[in-house]
Amino acid sequence: MSFNRRTFLGTATATAAALAAPMVMAAGHGRPRVVVVGGGAGGATAARYIAKDSAGEIDVTLIEPSRSYYTCFFSNLYLGGFREMSSLGHSYGGLASEYGINVVHDWAVGVDRDAKTVALAGGGSVGYDRLILSPGIDFVDGAVEGWDLSAQNAMPHAYKAGSQTELLRAQILAMPQGGTFAMVAPPNPYRCPPGPYERVSMVAHTLREINPTAKILVADPKDKFSKQGLFEEGWAKHYGGMIEWIGSDFGGGNVSVDPAAMTLSIDGEVTKVDVCNVIPAMKAGRIAELAGVTEGNWAPVHAADMSSRIDPNIHILGDASAQGDMPKSGFSANSQAKVCANAVRGALTGSTVFPARFANTCWSLIDTDDGVKVGATYEATEEKIAKVDGFISETGESADVRAATYQESIGWYDGITSDMFG
Amino acid sequence: MRASELMMSLFLLAAAGMAAADQGGDPELGAEVYRQCSGCHQIGEGAVNRVGPHLNGVFDRPAGQVEGYRYSDALQRAAAGGMVWNHETLDQFLKDPRSLISRTRMSYRGLANQADRDNLLAYLRIYSDSPADIPEAAPTSAAMDHSVAPEVLAIVGDPAYGEYLSGECTSCHQANGEASGIPSITRWPTEDFVIAMHAYKEGIRPHPVMQMMASRLSDEEIAALAAFFQDVD
Repeated sequence: MSFNRRTFLGTATATAAALAAPMVMAAGHGRPRVVVVGGGAGGATAARYIAKDSAGEIDVTLIEPSRSYYTCFFSNLYLGGFREMSSLGHSYGGLASEYGINVVHDWAVGVDRDAKTVALAGGGSVGYDRLILSPGIDFVDGAVEGWDLSAQNAMPHAYKAGSQTELLRAQILAMPQGGTFAMVAPPNPYRCPPGPYERVSMVAHTLREINPTAKILVADPKDKFSKQGLFEEGWAKHYGGMIEWIGSDFGGGNVSVDPAAMTLSIDGEVTKVDVCNVIPAMKAGRIAELAGVTEGNWAPVHAADMSSRIDPNIHILGDASAQGDMPKSGFSANSQAKVCANAVRGALTGSTVFPARFANTCWSLIDTDDGVKVGATYEATEEKIAKVDGFISETGESADVRAATYQESIGWYDGITSDMFG
Repeated sequence: MRASELMMSLFLLAAAGMAAADQGGDPELGAEVYRQCSGCHQIGEGAVNRVGPHLNGVFDRPAGQVEGYRYSDALQRAAAGGMVWNHETLDQFLKDPRSLISRTRMSYRGLANQADRDNLLAYLRIYSDSPADIPEAAPTSAAMDHSVAPEVLAIVGDPAYGEYLSGECTSCHQANGEASGIPSITRWPTEDFVIAMHAYKEGIRPHPVMQMMASRLSDEEIAALAAFFQDVD
């Protein structure tokens, strides 16, 4: 990088800001201000790129309640015993110390779009010239009959990584011999399309070692799912007979749960289960709704710069956005963040804005050294982010290819997390 | 005097013993193993630095000393600590590069098979024993698995555009040049970078993600990326 971090933290900050001042489009308050809400793959990346590339010309504030961020991606590998939880945790210290980002550990609880301020749960508010919302997902109320957030200890969702993931693993390890692990899979669209099925694979991997007569039951409101051929091949090969998947054709979408009784009803048939992982239908993180930039469950955006179709001063990244063809994934959010950062910087400082380009690749682990992947490239059109080209791992690939794919996924994890946090 | 003579004799004996240990390897078989290295390292007469430093005279050379090669910070630290490439350190590095130098930019998982390493070391030894007399027929291969038209190689890339485009690379390849399962792409000679990307673009190199990413890059965009990554520090 041509940008020198030490210089940036010193007097160069003021100098750069002064030099840039004439072209700044901030309304009478010095450096233009960008506020980013949500410090995940979208928000952390956007904050870092804007701070890094503007070299002090833009004042960047990141609002994120968690002191440590645990990546949802790779949290299934923790369930399979392939990663320690600590290896998934990342601090925001580098974004503050090396990039000069004002990291505020608080909840954003409201947006005043006329005053251009974000209200914080701890009191006070932060003003912005551009607001970037990257809040991830929340769950749709009443999506699974019998389940709400008060039931998440009895029946964890584990779809926001951290304590929920640790709870789910503890429950899996405590299952009685020959017990049943159940999953209620979510309807489209949702975060990480292959995620539930990689999770099933990782749970099967753990159970095969410690509880080989256990069963896994998946109730799914969909009639097909991401990488289905690859997962089903792997499940038959590695976990023969352990996993039963019930799709919508067989009532997989007609479910209710009773967290007190630990029962799951699928199309009227009630089963007593030992662990029940309920992954409800999803919607944009609540702050998007509070800001009034959602239509239905998601926040529609223009593909060229990820700006809201409702408010041009707000951009929405990642899972929360309705953008078109990209899957809701950490990789997608990271890709969208860089396009958005380039556009926001251009709008605020006059720097060159290059055309949008997006990409995504999702790796999944089925068993030890059996990794698969799917990916695509995308471009911005008037109506959406549109797919250009793609690929998917093939069934019947050699063990060497699958092992190399898994190694590659480990490299990707290090790559994207250093792209997010520096 | 006697004592020092004795020491010298012991030293020579020890040196002879170490040389004998090397002789367990077969340099001809080592030449086959070396093909894995030749994408990045040249060896033999006329060898120059490419993605990696040339390997002539590597035995008993202090680490990080090849003129004109820009080493990773990690390797420079090892060099500052006085590391020397000898049979032991080379064997360890080849077995598991990151166990010896944890943040090396060398994107290689390691050679687990002891016989392969012995053969490879025997092969490398040929180009070290007598640097003045390097075999003429030696391969000087580089990342030349594909030919790119001279006018395409001659395009001077725009590093500013390359920096923007690099965002597509750094979702996987680390900008600081570290590698763990995905290769380092920083500080490559632009020619090697351009050739590699065109090889993916045309489907000659097999990786599906790289083929997809390269397929929509124009000649100018590839040159821009090469120009940017060449000087990433």
